[in-house]
Amino acid sequence: MSDRFSSDDSSFPLDSGKDGDRELQELLMVEKQKAQFNAQIHEFNDFCWEKCVDKPGSKIDSKTETCISNCVERFIDVSLLVTNRFAQLLQKSPM
Amino acid sequence: MDSLQTGSLTGAQKEELMDQLKQQIALANAQELLMKITEKCFKKCITKPGTSLDSSEQKCIAMCMDRYMDSWNIVSRVYGNRIQRERQRM
Repeated sequence: MSDRFSSDDSSFPLDSGKDGDRELQELLMVEKQKAQFNAQIHEFNDFCWEKCVDKPGSKIDSKTETCISNCVERFIDVSLLVTNRFAQLLQKSPM
Repeated sequence: MDSLQTGSLTGAQKEELMDQLKQQIALANAQELLMKITEKCFKKCITKPGTSLDSSEQKCIAMCMDRYMDSWNIVSRVYGNRIQRERQRM
């Protein structure tokens, strides 16, 4: 069963029967990815709101918009950097 | 969670299942957004909780709510673009 989904799918048990049901599984995967994308936006917005928005005004000014945009991009950069560096550390000295 | 036996579902049943799933996800999403807005805008607008929400606090909350959703849309756009760029690099 686990081979039908990517490795992190234990939260979504699905026995598709003998024939298998590719179509439904694909639809579920799409919805799952959308949900993960949305959850990530909530997290970024939470974080970058704190960093960039001081007093909410009548509109988001361009400075704040740039700050939010940079905040998201740099957060992803940091996440990638940490992940890559961690992988390198693991290779050098396996735990 | 019980596993789902989906092999015997008809096309219409599958469609209904997906519709319900999408609705529940949309609801969860809206709830998450409401929770965040309440928390963030309370923090920004209600510095000293009084005996009632005065009109300036209400105005602040309304404005904060709109800005939080603006910010959500900016984040959504930037993150979506980034994912596309990362995909092209692969």
